[in-house]
Amino acid sequence: MISLAHYIVLGAVLFCIAVAGLFINRKNVIVLLMSIELMLLAVNMNFVAFSRFLGDVSGQVFVFFILTVAAAEAAIGLAILVLLFRNRSTINIADIDSMKG
Amino acid sequence: MNPQTLQLICFYAFSFVTVAAALSVISLKNTVHAVLALVLTFFSAACLWLLLEAEFLALALIVVYVGAVMVLFLFVVMMLDIDQEKMREGFVKFLPVGLIVAVVMLVEMLGLVGVRAMNAHVLGENPAVAAGMSNTEWLGHALYTTFLLPFEIAALILTVGVVAAVALTLRERRDARYETPSQQVRVDPRNRVRIVKMAAVRPDEPTASQEPQP
Repeated sequence: MISLAHYIVLGAVLFCIAVAGLFINRKNVIVLLMSIELMLLAVNMNFVAFSRFLGDVSGQVFVFFILTVAAAEAAIGLAILVLLFRNRSTINIADIDSMKG
Repeated sequence: MNPQTLQLICFYAFSFVTVAAALSVISLKNTVHAVLALVLTFFSAACLWLLLEAEFLALALIVVYVGAVMVLFLFVVMMLDIDQEKMREGFVKFLPVGLIVAVVMLVEMLGLVGVRAMNAHVLGENPAVAAGMSNTEWLGHALYTTFLLPFEIAALILTVGVVAAVALTLRERRDARYETPSQQVRVDPRNRVRIVKMAAVRPDEPTASQEPQP
């Protein structure tokens, strides 16, 4: 019998994998963007599970909006990435230090 | 085999694939392979959502993510010429830190969630079916009544995203010649031609000293 705990634990595991991905791929911007997508997937998993188990439609509507915003975010992020590569010929985060942050 | 056991087996199979694919996303050396592993992650997550009878969102995840966003990722990864080896620097160095942070976070989350308390919630009747509708209809009713304004704003955000992405990547080449209609229309003739009034004169007679004498 599937319970709410199954999906919550799966969401937590996915989120932690994404956090680990942010830590160990500190050079490659593309993998960082993919880790963020994984995080959003983990959050969506929780939303869908709660919506189904508690019988409330709002959770699924929220997932719909998150999908929309994530698509726009991915498009703009990749556009910035292409622009960065065109101007600097690198996407290594260690080399992108012109703002001296 | 009763359907509930089958459901549980399907859940474990799909979640195993999801977690394994997510692990390979963050650990694969080749970025193209990582993107393909992310496609597998999204696909098996969509299967998990189908198990929850969230059919519309499961199909939307496949159409939007696998169909559009991941293809965009693949385009960008293949377009950029990246030194794969150089990108891997520091992988081993940051591996322990990443693992520790991830494991600590997981333990904290699981403690916070309280797995035993959550087990009380078992899969009940589908709320959409209870309302006498399909999942899509159920979602659509909420989306077009209660959440109409956020829905319109989501459309606006997508438009802004498209315009921003095009505006960012639009390249003006310096070495090519363009016609700019707005500048052409705004041209003032006085800036281009100056009409001077002067009396008509004859050109000077050639002088004898300059003419070669035969």
